[in-house]
Amino acid sequence: MSTATDLNRPAAPPAFQEINASRRFKNRLATILVGGTFVLALAPLVWLLITVIAKGFQHVLNADWWQKSLAGLTSRQFGGGVYHAIIGTLLQGLICAVIAVPIAILVAVYLVEYGKRSRLAKAVTFTVDILSGVPSIVAALFIYALCITTLGMPRSAFAVSLALVLLMIPVVVRTTEELLKIVPDELREAAYALGVPKWKTIVKIVIPTALSGIITGVSLAIARVMGETAPVLVLVGYTTFINYDPFGGSMASLPLLMTSERLTTNEVGEARVWGAAVTLILIITVFNLLGSLISRLTSLKTK
Amino acid sequence: MAKRIDVKDLNLFYGKFHAVDGVSLAVPPRNVTAFIGPSGCGKSTVLRSLNRMHEVIPGARAEGKVLLDGEDIYASTVDPVSVRRTIGMVFQRPNPFPTMSIRDNVVAGLKLAGEGDRKKLDEVAEQALRGANLWAEVKDRLTRPGGGLSGGQQQRLCIARAIAVQPDVLLMDEPCSALDPISTLAIEDLIQELKKDFTIVIVTHNMQQAARVSDQTAFFNLAGVGQPGRLVELDDTERIFSNPSQKATEDYISGRFG
Repeated sequence: MSTATDLNRPAAPPAFQEINASRRFKNRLATILVGGTFVLALAPLVWLLITVIAKGFQHVLNADWWQKSLAGLTSRQFGGGVYHAIIGTLLQGLICAVIAVPIAILVAVYLVEYGKRSRLAKAVTFTVDILSGVPSIVAALFIYALCITTLGMPRSAFAVSLALVLLMIPVVVRTTEELLKIVPDELREAAYALGVPKWKTIVKIVIPTALSGIITGVSLAIARVMGETAPVLVLVGYTTFINYDPFGGSMASLPLLMTSERLTTNEVGEARVWGAAVTLILIITVFNLLGSLISRLTSLKTK
Repeated sequence: MAKRIDVKDLNLFYGKFHAVDGVSLAVPPRNVTAFIGPSGCGKSTVLRSLNRMHEVIPGARAEGKVLLDGEDIYASTVDPVSVRRTIGMVFQRPNPFPTMSIRDNVVAGLKLAGEGDRKKLDEVAEQALRGANLWAEVKDRLTRPGGGLSGGQQQRLCIARAIAVQPDVLLMDEPCSALDPISTLAIEDLIQELKKDFTIVIVTHNMQQAARVSDQTAFFNLAGVGQPGRLVELDDTERIFSNPSQKATEDYISGRFG
């Protein structure tokens, strides 16, 4: 018979040790560093958002802001809206997407499905890499030299779209390429084994499998090019009027409106600039949300 | 339906690597032929060359003849796509199309070939799923994605998909290696059923499985690492497993190597 004290006494020294002080210190240090850099990275973003919303949000609450242009208003008159610039931004972004997305997806399909490691594919990859490093001002000046100086086209929204195409193609090629690569080869083989030709396998099996990711990539790329400023500064004139014609005349866009109205150094100009900033952020957010919504609808389901 | 296959002096290459050397064999119709042998001996490569899936891999090529009822599938005028339509294949890992429902997976081959008649497709889907012993399990959820089924069900879905295009021959590349014993049994039973309508060639690492399901067995081996694989012998399964004519076959089957 044993007493309670006997049972409570350990029979042998414990096999496991406590975490020692040095490890505990390193763990705490790493946690603080990781957390700290997270806050550091987030702070400017939050600061920027708060500033933009604080200075601009009051102006976009007005229904006129979304429905009217600045036509006929002097730089001292409050009122009007940025409808003309919203239209310009959307139109230029959309035309750019319509041209760039099919080209980029076809390039990615070539690289992944046909080119593999051929010399041409390597050259294409290299070119796309270089293109993705081209600054937007260089793309704008190239289009200026090509379309306006050489081909004699007028400055127009369409020229802006062409410059944006140069900026958008590498982004979409890259994302699409990565997404097509992760489609398992087993699916391609399964389709081949059913007697499905290669092109049909790509169109009906491979691209649909990667579609959800491709849509996300495209919507992010559109959102990015809509904020580009250099092409609109170089390739199209600013106007306070609404212009639906991408091939002729000046056309406002939100970045262009901001850089132009920035020169109006009074409260009216300030209101227009900050209001346009909020509007641009809102539009880009809507695009991203739309993209993730569509990609969720097209994503692969197992249940 | 159900044609015979004659392979004549088939050499297979991956780029410069000579993977399979001089294989000749005959597979009669409505018959199950099993390919056994150690890893790397080329049995899967030979199987894939029987419906020209071998050449899908970059750099891979084939020399020699594969005759389907006397017609060379490697003739220069033959479209590989039409060969694969006649000779179906089931892979090691179940690979249903993730974007498609169960029904659409089954009829994918027909649908992608341009068949648009819903009623006909529904009929084919039911027939193929019944043929693959899967109908009872999925008939209430045909519109659900194929990826939601269990591994064994997915593999039977892939078999249904392969037989829905009504091929003459069905090639199976280790169809049970990713499955549990119960699902394996279901597939083996299914192979016995399918034998009535199709010529079947199956690659397996499981010798008991070869003994259970096949009528004739081909043993492949390779002389050493880096050497091409060869067909050692092809005979009735019973003979291979009881009294093989080659020493290497006996050693392999009795577990002395491999």
